[in-house]
Amino acid sequence: MYPDYMHDSLKKVDETRQKRLELERSGKNVFPPMTAEEREDVLNKFHPDYKPESRRKINVGPNKGESLTTEVADMLESHSRIDPQLFNLSKPDYETDILIVGAGGAGCAAAIIARQNGARSIISTKLRMGDANSMMSQGGMQAAVTEKDSPPIHYLDAMGGGHFDNKPDLVRALTEDGPEVVKWLEDLGVVWDKNPDGSMYVLHGGGTSRKRMHSCRDYTGAIIMRTLMDEVRNHPDDIKVLEFMPTIELFLDDKGRLAGGILYNMETEEYFTVKAKAVIIATGGYGRLHIRGFDTTNHYGATGDGLIIAYRAGAKLLYMDSVQYHPTGAAFPEQIAGFLITEKIRGAGGQPVNKFGELFVWPREPRDVESAAFIRECLERKNGIQTPSGRWGVWLDSPLIEIIQGDGYINKNFPAMYRQFNRYNIDITKEPMLVYPSLHYQNGGIEINDHCETNLKGLYVAGEATGGVHGRNRLMGNSVLDYNVFGRRAGKFAAEYIKSATIGKLSLKHVTAYENELKKAKIKTDRVAPVLLPLYTSDEVKKRQLTAHYEGTLR
Amino acid sequence: MAKTMAKKKVKAAKPKTKPEKAAKAQMAPAKSEPPKAMVTVYIMGKAHKVPADATIMGAIEYAGYQIKRGAGCREGFCGACATVYRLPGDYKIYTGMACMTLVQEGMWLSQLPAIPGQRPVYDLDKLEPNVGVFQKLYPEVFRCVACNTCTKACPQDLEVMDYIQAAKQGNIEKVMDLSFDCLSCGLCAIRCPAEIVHYNVGILAKRLYGKYLRKNSDHLDKRLKEVKAKKYDTEYKEMMKMKKDELKKKYYARDSE
Repeated sequence: MYPDYMHDSLKKVDETRQKRLELERSGKNVFPPMTAEEREDVLNKFHPDYKPESRRKINVGPNKGESLTTEVADMLESHSRIDPQLFNLSKPDYETDILIVGAGGAGCAAAIIARQNGARSIISTKLRMGDANSMMSQGGMQAAVTEKDSPPIHYLDAMGGGHFDNKPDLVRALTEDGPEVVKWLEDLGVVWDKNPDGSMYVLHGGGTSRKRMHSCRDYTGAIIMRTLMDEVRNHPDDIKVLEFMPTIELFLDDKGRLAGGILYNMETEEYFTVKAKAVIIATGGYGRLHIRGFDTTNHYGATGDGLIIAYRAGAKLLYMDSVQYHPTGAAFPEQIAGFLITEKIRGAGGQPVNKFGELFVWPREPRDVESAAFIRECLERKNGIQTPSGRWGVWLDSPLIEIIQGDGYINKNFPAMYRQFNRYNIDITKEPMLVYPSLHYQNGGIEINDHCETNLKGLYVAGEATGGVHGRNRLMGNSVLDYNVFGRRAGKFAAEYIKSATIGKLSLKHVTAYENELKKAKIKTDRVAPVLLPLYTSDEVKKRQLTAHYEGTLR
Repeated sequence: MAKTMAKKKVKAAKPKTKPEKAAKAQMAPAKSEPPKAMVTVYIMGKAHKVPADATIMGAIEYAGYQIKRGAGCREGFCGACATVYRLPGDYKIYTGMACMTLVQEGMWLSQLPAIPGQRPVYDLDKLEPNVGVFQKLYPEVFRCVACNTCTKACPQDLEVMDYIQAAKQGNIEKVMDLSFDCLSCGLCAIRCPAEIVHYNVGILAKRLYGKYLRKNSDHLDKRLKEVKAKKYDTEYKEMMKMKKDELKKKYYARDSE
């Protein structure tokens, strides 16, 4: 239920709807798309990344001297959780072919494909299998399968969305593998939305020039993730899943090749060593670092753990200065602030409008441009709505979808969204949603090639933890595709690699060396990373948490 | 779907003061000043004063707990935060997801850190999509006494019992459809007197439907052949060679469906 003072504005949204509907039905763009110059201008002035304090120089490690997102630089300039000297490396607790770090979409896909190629694996994960951003994607997965579309057109869309900073070989892999991923998932039992004749039901997303968004109602990620998890569970002899046991450091061998890692049991506070011939990092993103104080759409464990352990081992990062804010995070009610409202809402005809019910941006600009335009409308033009707690937002006119697509469309296609708002007495078939950009995606990450290989022998990375696939801005639906394409590739190429790979003595020398580098750079900090979990304890409670020394706990 | 929604409806939060503070950025949870309206809840028996408009998850964290088990996506998709609670003067056991359910005065709550649920290992390629699958893998489905407790326990308001009945009839499409939005939170399973693990039955049905009962997409098969035949190789190579400006020009000149 919206507070009374918003009713005048809501009325204006109602009043302008008919005119906006006619515009939509005319087949023309409902608002002029921005030119290259206009995009640049709005990004420079309003995107959070472009503020000077958003980035700072990193003083240690492979990217030393580069300017990175401030919170990322802080996280990288942190101490290890362990003292390397305390570990006996001659008798590992587990031995396997591949250690997979992370049990989201990329990790599970990698394990399934690695197994098909003859490799056994251990999946180490901080929370439960499937507690990942993969589970939460609502809108869909891009793949060029229709007659009007082609993988190269998808390539061009992705390159433009990423401001042409994407690595071409990765974008080719992403877009050319797309159709195969649709089929692979279908054969694993994913129930795609379809037209009555069996053809794929596809929609537009921001920055797409063809309709290629495949979906499973608005539980796309949940359906795909649960299918992959279910398949992983069918192979307990070959894939061992260790839950609540994140990998908190990697092993190199005496020749600098990847050789496994150290796992931390978050419940008993024990450490375990895993010897492996290759490592696949699939730890996802970092939304829970709450960059620039933003709310996030991300799951509880999204703290960028893979970045720091790979960085300490010597892996190079790419585009770690670029953060994605999803244009439509919920701004009201307070309890769901920051929650993802799928871009599919705009794909289906939902329009963002200001407090006067007027369009102010083309609904399908790439995410960073759309987000910057929302921020401009609120903070500069003051045409947004302010919530009782002071958040800004613009309206996302969902009732329009019911008129365009027919009664019952929202309930059938956006059941999760309908439920979400109905709990707070907001019926999105009749009233719009209030939205504002929310911290959504880590555009950069560990640099890979199209075999998911890194600059370290035996280290593979897949999914959101990688950098280069999306340049400096990802398009909707390309991350679901990303974790499938590169999860599968990482599994395949790591399995090939381990056939001839040998490993020498396990070593943690790089961890000691990194500590020395921190000291040399005169970095004094009590920060420890991987972060593992964010802390949401109230200040009142923190004031009374006065234990002098914590040992082993998360704090 | 909206049938039992009414029981969970709540009033919208009352406007608070101090808008300027939160306006600085769209802030992450930071509760330095306790809001005025507070309620008392009993977290695993211990009384805590928490904001009246908090979700159960927010309340647990506000009270000072660092959640390890019992939080996942925090947006109602992953099913990690199954919670049971009672209310004062009411004999009923209520169920909900901690991230999606608001606290109430006097609520006595406990999260369920994990749910034991049996799940046989199977080879999807060797299954046949009929009632025999359920007889073999989940025979307890046929012990269903149609008590509807599962449906009442479902935080998604799904027709859980109806899909179990459909499984008994071998109607895989109906199981798929009715269980589509399932979070696998397990609240149905722990309330079931027949000891059924409903959510695993739902996943099996969805996978059987997706693999065996779907209508095939001809244009997808055609595209797969084209990719395999390297139809797009030249076009890719041309674009991958292009300088940034050249590619930019092509991008802004592209047509749209």
